[in-house]
Amino acid sequence: MSELDLTKLIFGRLTLESIPYHEPILIITFAMVAVGGLALLGFITYKKAWGYLWHEWFTSIDHKKIGIMYIVLAIIMLLRGFADAIMMRIQQAWAVGDAAGYLPPDHYDQIFTAHGVIMIFFVAMPMITGIMNYVVPLQIGARDVAFPFLNNFSFWMTTSGAVLVMMSLFVGEFAKTGWLAYPPVSGIIKSPGVGVDYYIWALQIAGVGTLLSGVNLLVTIVKMRAPGMSLMRMPVFSWTALCTNVLIVAAFPVLTAVLAMLALDRYLGTAFFTSDLGGNVMMYINLIWIWGHPEVYILILPAFGVFSEIVSTFSRKRLFGYASMVYATVVITVLSYMVWLHHFFTMGSGPTVNSFFGITTMIISIPTGAKVFNWLFTMYRGRIEMEVPMLWTLGFIITFVIGGMTGVLLAVPPADFVLHNSLFLVAHFHNVIIGGVLFGMFAGITYWYPKAFGYKLDPFWGKMSFWFWTIGFYFAFMPLYVLGLMGVTRRMNHFDDPSVQIWFIIAAFGAFLIAIGIASFLIQLVVSYRRRDELRDETGDPWHGRTLEWSTSSPPPYYNFAFTPRVHDMDAWWQMKEHGYKRPEEGFLPIHMPKNTGAGIILAGIATVLGFALIWHMWLLVGVSFLALLAVTIGHTFNYDRDYHIPADEVAETEANRTRMLANHV
Amino acid sequence: MSETTHDTLAGNAERGEPLQFHETTEHHPETGTLLGFWIYLMSDCLIFASLFATYGVLGRSYADGPTGMELFDLPLVAMNTSLLLLSSITYGFAMLKMQANQLRGTMVWLAITGLLGAGFLGLELYEFNHLIHEGAGPWRSGFLSAFFGLVGTHGLHVLFGIVWLVTLLFQLKKHGLIPENQRRLFCLSMFWHFLDVVWIGVFTFVYLMGVLP
Amino acid sequence: MSGSNDHHGGDMPHSTFKGYMTGFVLSVILTAIPFWLVMGDVIKDTGMTALVILGFAAVQIVVHMIYFLHMNFHSEGGWNMLALIFTAVIVFIALAGSLWVMYHLNVNMMPGLMKEYG
Repeated sequence: MSELDLTKLIFGRLTLESIPYHEPILIITFAMVAVGGLALLGFITYKKAWGYLWHEWFTSIDHKKIGIMYIVLAIIMLLRGFADAIMMRIQQAWAVGDAAGYLPPDHYDQIFTAHGVIMIFFVAMPMITGIMNYVVPLQIGARDVAFPFLNNFSFWMTTSGAVLVMMSLFVGEFAKTGWLAYPPVSGIIKSPGVGVDYYIWALQIAGVGTLLSGVNLLVTIVKMRAPGMSLMRMPVFSWTALCTNVLIVAAFPVLTAVLAMLALDRYLGTAFFTSDLGGNVMMYINLIWIWGHPEVYILILPAFGVFSEIVSTFSRKRLFGYASMVYATVVITVLSYMVWLHHFFTMGSGPTVNSFFGITTMIISIPTGAKVFNWLFTMYRGRIEMEVPMLWTLGFIITFVIGGMTGVLLAVPPADFVLHNSLFLVAHFHNVIIGGVLFGMFAGITYWYPKAFGYKLDPFWGKMSFWFWTIGFYFAFMPLYVLGLMGVTRRMNHFDDPSVQIWFIIAAFGAFLIAIGIASFLIQLVVSYRRRDELRDETGDPWHGRTLEWSTSSPPPYYNFAFTPRVHDMDAWWQMKEHGYKRPEEGFLPIHMPKNTGAGIILAGIATVLGFALIWHMWLLVGVSFLALLAVTIGHTFNYDRDYHIPADEVAETEANRTRMLANHV
Repeated sequence: MSETTHDTLAGNAERGEPLQFHETTEHHPETGTLLGFWIYLMSDCLIFASLFATYGVLGRSYADGPTGMELFDLPLVAMNTSLLLLSSITYGFAMLKMQANQLRGTMVWLAITGLLGAGFLGLELYEFNHLIHEGAGPWRSGFLSAFFGLVGTHGLHVLFGIVWLVTLLFQLKKHGLIPENQRRLFCLSMFWHFLDVVWIGVFTFVYLMGVLP
Repeated sequence: MSGSNDHHGGDMPHSTFKGYMTGFVLSVILTAIPFWLVMGDVIKDTGMTALVILGFAAVQIVVHMIYFLHMNFHSEGGWNMLALIFTAVIVFIALAGSLWVMYHLNVNMMPGLMKEYG
């Protein structure tokens, strides 16, 4: 008996049965992941790259490297999230009438939940955080973020959440509840397994990272702008980053609180969101959307910023209506807190409440519309260059406007009563998230890639990626609008009515086009690397940019700027070029920089163990890993020796190299 | 170029003087620690806001169980409140000693603050234990879940504050009142006073209003 | 020890004994009155009592902000205050909004429950 208890204390509810070896799809996936993973590990070992990775990347507190790591994480998770998507598309195109398809409901439910969670939390969030991390300090003329160690720690916490979600694929199961895990389905009675617990702890751990990175970037933008860069001279991307981080700091705590209460319901049997004992299920939905709606704007605002930079760069014009752009961003930031109920019009809060939130929702489309006009007027009479980032931008403007208009349609409560929970809604939010956030991130990656790696991305494969993504998107999601209007609800793994099948087949075809788009993007990375000498950017300013990040070399030295820039204009670098600015070639000073540290990855590693132990009720391991987490945190605060000076000679040498490179170029 | 669009430096350029486009000395941005910590506290504020909102919604869902009027022991709460309030002023004294650069005084007042905090926690644990023994645990009703959720989260914050305070005592002993430690002392003071502010909400909204019929 | 962080605590606001004592005395008074109002059952009308003690709480929060947390419009270039005001607005929206929304949801969807409340 006591032996049994000991096993339970150590392994909790983890048994051999938890490994889904009876599911052939998962076994094949696992085999592929295992082989791929072992090959990668073997390759790194063969190349003796562990030390390099550890010292130059994993423990790095350089905002540029952390930004790149965030984007790598996002791309890896995009592949996983997209695999889920295409599995769903195949199932829905197949399972009509007598055909059952190949995914049982039990598995299908995990897939749509994982798809949503991964795409929002582990693709879109790391992608925007990565780009903000990389670009913001360069754009405001800073040498790093305000809290470089926290930055590294935030990244690893986000990764830790992603690792937990990936683990759920092979150990146990993931939630079958939909991406927001509404109770009572997510309660302990309806979901007694580990799926929802994976969901909770993955998001809680990643949430710590997101929140801290929000605080970090916020303080960076407030405190570390170059002298002369008043708020109204700050580049628009930095403005949108500022507002996004305000939203992160003011929205994610609500998610933390509501998930903590759900966890208490599941672990301690409390009655926050139960159907009996005075709990209130609707309160969960209310609270989670107080976070959820600002989250939508957290994702889209940086994309707006990216497009603003790109439009003015490739139109060779100052951005039209800079001030109105800034005000529109700020208005969206505040209004995004006043629309959350439109996600549950049908829950029954009645005409007064529904009208209020319907109207606020319509109002929030006004500043967004103003932005679209600003981009159009920036292009008007500009000398537009159709580089790949500009293509993404044009694709965005058209696609996003369609998605925005179906959104305004859904903002009308009576219309929402008809369309709620239908594929129309699914089409709408993919329309704005793919057409807005994803296109924005691809545009941003293509635009800043030469800055980060010193060579441009191959334009042919970039164009392939763009066209396959765009056309694929329309094929994949326009049929869903039709299906939604026909009354087809979301999250179904089988249909009886054969008339819907043709639309699902078209949608599946679209998904395959998108797959080619993603493949083109990956091919683009490889091809560009191999052609890097032809695509090399020696000037540091490959697009004739307007903002400060283009004034340094590509890639920038780790101290970013040998001398802190002084800013006199919104388009600071453009003005410097117009005034024939000469780079200083002597008089360098030692530069004060933070030191690398392994504390971030260690803490996040322990947090992953803690999360895993909590999910499986391994109470002994919970205790041990919690104490370890506390001890390492406290231990880290005893380290006062966190920075050093780069000697002036080293700076002089780096800068002399650049001088030579610039001379060769001319 | 009109005068309204650019600053005086650009104005200089108009008069033919070259613009300075970079700093020639080392530029020190202000440290952002205090602002960063304040922003963190603001985000913590929203965790409490969610818990207060939950209490506001569930606070009268007794599920035929005990009510606040039956359960809350106001003299005990008053006692607890005074402990926390006292600990705020003693932390203030520690800060004054820090300003006067008196290490010993700082540490003594800090230790007193920690003891008062521990007293607060002790009373709270006594109250929780008592409630659970009376069959009024957090699983009894929506009201009690919300109550334990809110008050317990505040208590966990106090516990964290005490752990931090003890850590800081060791760091003060080791390094003295160096600027880093001063900054940490200041951050902890914000944290401590912030918890006091949250407690004002708790004793008013939960306890005092909870015993009203 | 490190280089740039050496300027002596210049970024922290200066506190005074008088400031702390004023804050302390005020908050003792502002705490004692609500307890007395409720425990002594001074105002017969419950709704009135609730409003009055909420008022006291609001004032006491302001007192703590000024005397203990040293809030003002110029520390950190006004960003502290801006963050506080923004947070206060969001807290208000989240609290008042939730209560409003949930009240209507309960009235419409759980009429039996609302009857229990009376």
